[in-house]
Amino acid sequence: MSNGNLTVGYLVLSAMLFSLGAAGLLRRRNPLVMLMCVELMLNAVNLTFVTFGRMLNDITGQVIVFFVLVVAAAEVVVGLGIIVAIARRRPGATADDLNVLRG
Amino acid sequence: MSVEFVTFLLCAIIVIGGAFGVILSRNPIHSALSLIATLFGIAVLFLNQNAQLLAAVQVIVYTGAIVVLIMFVIMLLGVDKVEDLEEEPLIGQRTMAAIAGICLFLILFGMFILGGTRVVSGAPNCVDGKVVTSGSAYEPGCVAKDQNLATVGPRPNVNQIGRELFTNFAFAFEITAALLTIAVVGAVILAQKPKNVLPIPEPEDMGYEDVDDEAFDEHSAEGS
Repeated sequence: MSNGNLTVGYLVLSAMLFSLGAAGLLRRRNPLVMLMCVELMLNAVNLTFVTFGRMLNDITGQVIVFFVLVVAAAEVVVGLGIIVAIARRRPGATADDLNVLRG
Repeated sequence: MSVEFVTFLLCAIIVIGGAFGVILSRNPIHSALSLIATLFGIAVLFLNQNAQLLAAVQVIVYTGAIVVLIMFVIMLLGVDKVEDLEEEPLIGQRTMAAIAGICLFLILFGMFILGGTRVVSGAPNCVDGKVVTSGSAYEPGCVAKDQNLATVGPRPNVNQIGRELFTNFAFAFEITAALLTIAVVGAVILAQKPKNVLPIPEPEDMGYEDVDDEAFDEHSAEGS
């Protein structure tokens, strides 16, 4: 296998990782595990960005990964805050139990 | 069999195995540990593609901060109990999730196989205008149009990214700073202990009989 096909290999790997994250997000009911699946999908996108940056010989692909990282960190912080707030009022809640918007 | 290929293969196995671990583990702690394996694999793949700074940041921010935060919340809430994966509140949820995942992968895979290098839209930063698909990531793949943007150039990786961040992406950089501040404030407000903790009630039966209307009618009847 030459290196020419390897860039496509990275893209296929990230497609696989993204699909696994999406399937996990749909399958699991524990909010924490769902959050981890979102992280998987974000990482797949990061890998795609770096690969595209390499294929286009453009550093911008790596710069954008920084912004994705920041958004992922913010998302985790707020998501975990919501999970803690929910768990305080209703311990052991799964995603299916949360069907009211008022707290 | 280049070095890059062997590394890619090993890391691909770790990454995919970790991803399966995340979605199939019954214990959230095991999911978090599998997530660390996946993130490390991705970090090595970044190194493989000449993105040294991102590899370091990936390990520091993701495995050092985000996964530790997730683990901390798992421990704090005491939700380290196993989840029964066989239970299906929605009938066919597991099957449908698997089908959706496989369909998504097949669509993306087909796109990459059929499209080849054409999936990379955008102007390549090459004098010959072609997408780089061959050669090592540590050698210049082509003669760069703009030397400031080239992934492999005279300047180190950190230099290149820093220059881009503070020139072309300065506005986005400031906006991200604002986003982080807002996220911190939001997390502090969400994590405050409420004064009167009431359990979230079960949703009421949404009948058509409106109790308020009856009360209003009685009241008006009394008044007249």
